[in-house]
Formats: sequence, C-alpha cells, structure tokens
Amino acid sequence: MTERSDPQRVLLAKIGLDGHDRGVKVVARGLRDAGFHVIYSGLWQAPEAVIQAAVDEDADWLGISLLSGAHMTLIPELLRIRDEQGAHHVGVIVGGIIPEEDAAKLLEMGVAKVFGPGTPIQEIVDFLSAQDDRVEQS
Amino acid sequence: MHDVTSDLREAWEQELTASPARPQPPTTVSGMPIDALYQDFGGDEFDSGGDLGYPGQYPFLRGIHASMYRGRLWTMRQFAGFGTAQQTNQRFKFLLEKGQTGLSTAFDLPTLMGLDSDDPRSRGEVGRLGVTTDTLDDMQQLFADIDLEAVSVSMTINAPAIVVMAFYLAAARERGFDWKKLRGTIQNDALKEFHAQNEIVFPAEPSVKLVVDLIEFCSEQVPQWNTVSVSGYHIREAGSTAAQELAFTLADGLHYVEKSLERGLDVDAFAPRLSFFFNSHNDVFEEVAKYRAARLIWADALRNQYGAQNPASWKLRFHAQTAGCSLQDKQPEVNLIRVAYQALAAVLGGCQSLHTNSMDETLALPSEHAVTLALRTQQVLAYESGATNTVDPLGGSYFIETLTRKLAEEVRQYFERIDHKGGMIAAIEAGFFRREIADAAFAYQRAVDAQEKLIVGVNAFQEEEEPKIDILQVDEAVESDQLAALQKIKENRSDNDVRRRLDELRCVAEAGGNVLPPLIDAAEARVTVGEAMDALADVYGRFRPGEAW
Repeated sequence: MTERSDPQRVLLAKIGLDGHDRGVKVVARGLRDAGFHVIYSGLWQAPEAVIQAAVDEDADWLGISLLSGAHMTLIPELLRIRDEQGAHHVGVIVGGIIPEEDAAKLLEMGVAKVFGPGTPIQEIVDFLSAQDDRVEQS
Repeated sequence: MHDVTSDLREAWEQELTASPARPQPPTTVSGMPIDALYQDFGGDEFDSGGDLGYPGQYPFLRGIHASMYRGRLWTMRQFAGFGTAQQTNQRFKFLLEKGQTGLSTAFDLPTLMGLDSDDPRSRGEVGRLGVTTDTLDDMQQLFADIDLEAVSVSMTINAPAIVVMAFYLAAARERGFDWKKLRGTIQNDALKEFHAQNEIVFPAEPSVKLVVDLIEFCSEQVPQWNTVSVSGYHIREAGSTAAQELAFTLADGLHYVEKSLERGLDVDAFAPRLSFFFNSHNDVFEEVAKYRAARLIWADALRNQYGAQNPASWKLRFHAQTAGCSLQDKQPEVNLIRVAYQALAAVLGGCQSLHTNSMDETLALPSEHAVTLALRTQQVLAYESGATNTVDPLGGSYFIETLTRKLAEEVRQYFERIDHKGGMIAAIEAGFFRREIADAAFAYQRAVDAQEKLIVGVNAFQEEEEPKIDILQVDEAVESDQLAALQKIKENRSDNDVRRRLDELRCVAEAGGNVLPPLIDAAEARVTVGEAMDALADVYGRFRPGEAW
C-alpha cells in the first residue's frame, strides 16, 4: 500500500442560520491555493444535508464554520448523523467563535480540531496535511 | 531664476531615499499605498482654490452642523439584545441608568431571518445573539416602562424590517404614544444583505419594494423616524476595503432614492429621513477621510442628480460602530485600545451616533463590565480628550484632504462599474459585490499571514499565557421559556382573525400595494413574525443562496 497523491477533498459548510461567511470563504481560497480540492456548501445548511453532501462528494474532511453560538446544539447533532450514516472516515474540523470550554467538549465528542479567530491559513493546511493517512487501495 | 523650494524638496527626497524603511509596507488597512509626505490637497474636485467650505453648508465636507459637538455631542448608543424580551428590557434600563442616550436593539437570528422560535431551523439560536421576538407581546415586553416619546430607539433588522416596524407601531399605539412623536431608526437596508450580511428571505427586487413601502408609510405617518439606515458596516465586516464600503453603501442609498422616486414620492419628503451606518476600522485617517467623502458624494448626488431642494435632504447623517472584525480573541483586553482609536476616528469624522464594541465580543456577547467600559470610552472621548472642541479638527490637513478626494474618486469609479453591469440588481445577480468583497478579504488575510500587517497578540507580541476574562453566558432556558410563551399566545388568539389578517396581507401584496398597514392589523391579531413572512413569501418567492466563493 502506498500513500495517495491526489488532493484531499474538503467540504466547507455553514450550518444553522448564521450568515457570517467571510472566514469560510477565505479558508476556501486558502486551502484551494494550498492544493486541496475544496467544495463550499453555501449558507444555512442543515446538519443532515451537510453529511449527505460530504458522502456524495467523497470528502475526506468536513469544515464547519459557525459564529452564531449555536455550536453546542448543531455540532453534536452533526457528529451523531455522521456516525449513523457510517461516515466516520470524514474528519470534522470547526472554525468560528467557540469559547474554550465548548471547544474542549467538542474535541471530546469527536471533532478533530477547533480553529479560533485569527488562525493563519497555513496552520489549517499543516493540520490537514499531517492528518493525511489515506492509502492506495490495492 | 533659482527655485529654493525645489532644492529643499530634492534634499528631502534624497534623505528620505537614504533612510531605512520598516519591513511592513506603508499602506492603509485597506491596502491603499500611502506617500511619505503630502503637500497639497490632491485635486480640486469639490472645492476651488483650496476652499473647504463651512460646516453645516453644502457640500458638508466639514460636517453637517455649524457647531458640531460644540453644540451637542453625538448620541452614545450601544447595541444590545439577548435572551427574552424581558432580559433585554433589563439591559436597556441598565444602559439608560449608566448615561446612555439612545437605545439600539439586536434581534436573534431566527427573528432576523423571519422565523418563529418554534421553527425547527431556529433550534439552538433562540435568544442567543439578540432578543427573540415572535409576536407583538414580545415587542411590548421589550420596551416596557420605557417612554417611547422620550427615548430614540434603533432596531437592527432587515428582511423582516417591515414586520417588526408594524409590531413597533402597534405596540406604541396600544400604549397610547403618538406616532408623530416617535423617534428612532430601523435598519431596513435589504441591499447590503445581498452584498455581505446574508440575512435574506426574499429575492432582491421584492426586498427593495418592501424597503420603499416602509419609506412611503413612515414619511407620512411617523415623520421623525429614520426609515433606512443604509449600512456599510456589514460590507466592511465581510472584508471589504474602505472604498468598497463607501461605494457600495452610497450606491445602495441612491438605489433606494431612485425606487422611492419611481413610487411617486417627493424627494424632499423622504430623503431627510435616510440615514447611514458606517464601520470605524483601525486606520484612523482612512476612516476620517471616508466619512468626509461620504458627505460630499451624497450631497452632490441629492442636490444635483435628484434635484432635492431641502438642505436636510443633502446632509448625510451617520451612525458609526467600531470594527467587530478588528477585535481579537488573543489578549482580549487589548481590544479596549483598538476600540478607543476607532471611536476617535468616528468622532474626528463627524458621526451623529456611535457604538463602541466591548472587548469580549470575539468570545461571547458582552458582559455588563465590558459594555460599561465601552461606554466609558465614549465618555472619556467626549469630555476629556478635547476632540469635541472644534469642528472638523483634521480639515485642511494635506493628508486627510488628499485621502478624502482619493476615496471620492474610487467611489465614482465603482459607480461606473455598477452602471456598466446594468445597475444595482443586475450587479447583485452577477455576484459583483460579493466577489469584490471576497477578493479584498482574501488579500487582507494574505497580508496578515505574510506579516505585512502586524496584529498585536496574533502575529506579533504574542503571550504564552492568555489572561482569562469573565464572559456572559446566555441562559439555556431561554429557548424553552420562549417556546412555552409562544405556545400560550397561539392558544389564546383567534385563529379566525389570524387567518383573515394573513389573507388580507396576501391580497395587498398581490395587488402591489403597501403592506405595512395590513401588517399592523396582523400584529394586533398576534400574527407571528414567521407567519407574516411566510404570507409575503407566498407572493414574492424566496431567495436561494449560491455556492460561489
């Protein structure tokens, strides 16, 4: 088995009613420039729809952007649906305004990483690259 | 003849060239390159021979009032709202007690999107970022014990603005207040939602139609009410440059003027009640120039392009808010300092009202301690700094005058590009504004990542240990309390009345009439925000978001 060289696929999504999309669009462009295959869901997505899209798009990562404070309602639900759909292989990262205590809880629930405001794009790139454990299926 | 001045300039240039340059290029926060020295006003588009005119006189470069803050200070207006109407009502009373001079209401996301608290899409968001408002009863509770003829009230709401305005007017009438004496502002700026803020329910054209309905109704019935707060704030927060903020906001304002004229309104009957809302970002000089340029362009357009006769129609009045996007979650107390400089820019630029952000806003909604310090920042500026002693203190500075003209010129170029795209609605549909803003946001992030722009605590001067500050926790019981209250209202109202009022609303909307009067009747029958918005969507259709980035 050899490591795969095709780009990792990242689905970026806004869930809930929050319309703050400056961050997610900047991350989308930054990851694309760093060689990732990036798909953006658009605004106001339901958790079920986002998981379905991640499966359909064969995404390696699901990046959720949330600045509304609804993360402790919506993210656990998203993780539950992911697991119910048997899509454990899709790693979930979260960005936005997430207080530290909540970030710790989200990591415990199975979020791979929480990125706060002011995170350099390179930090996200480095994290995703270091986690790349995909191998060629023979 | 030997020219002494040019010798001096040459000597200065040589010395300048020989001097070391810091690694960060001298550009504004918007990326505009800045010269080492300015020695003239940079063109004479708006004045002849360096005549800057007088404050209170056309074209208001130096301010809209003759005396500015020597006569009356700006209104200190802190935006507030969270939890239930009752909780926000308590925060309002707290702020008035601390010396605040006007109220400003933040609504929660479900209300901003025209959804009721019991809608499945509202789950987790009820009362979280603002106050939750489902029916007229919530509006009554929100302003309980507050004299609405004595305090001016601002409400930040857009897609459902006309519904919330109907609630406010119905609430005022139930309490016996005279509509003619109500003072305040409703944001009611649908267009910037399409550019940046993304709280959109209807497609662009009917959204603008509703804006004009509110303008039409209030200019007659609620004459002291500011019918639109044309907002650049959110455009800037989404990552635009100062020039884009200015250009897109003024273009939005002019679009409302055109549509109101098409409705048959007299320009001098509504233009004096259009107000503006700008961001106050980190770059003090660029911001001051932006406000001055805004006044010039608006006055020129209203007087010369739209033929307004009343000087009140020419004057661009604006609220400013310090830049939320400039606040950092690292070393959050440093935000106090950022906010103070940003507030200074707004005051040097001649704002009419000001909100100063609280230091903890990248972490959560502001605590009482943080919001008090934010208000104190304005009070120090007003009473201790000396910034209020003279009108337009920076006027006549070569740098400020040049920047003012440069920004005005960039705005005119953007106006041409918007025209070239086929006008406002066509440019929205082509994704023009969103693309321009996203490009600017990305360029800024790149500059920060490359350390061409340093941000204290983020990419420079970091601390190993971050100090903790206490933050506001929104009570988790808000959502269930609100759902129970809404359920009770629904049980106690007359279903027949509700159905009848909604049918009337649809009929008026179908016929192209002004929907504010039937919305006031609907509010009195305890129709919810969501029900009213659904009825309007039956007629106007719904906006679908795109996936472009």
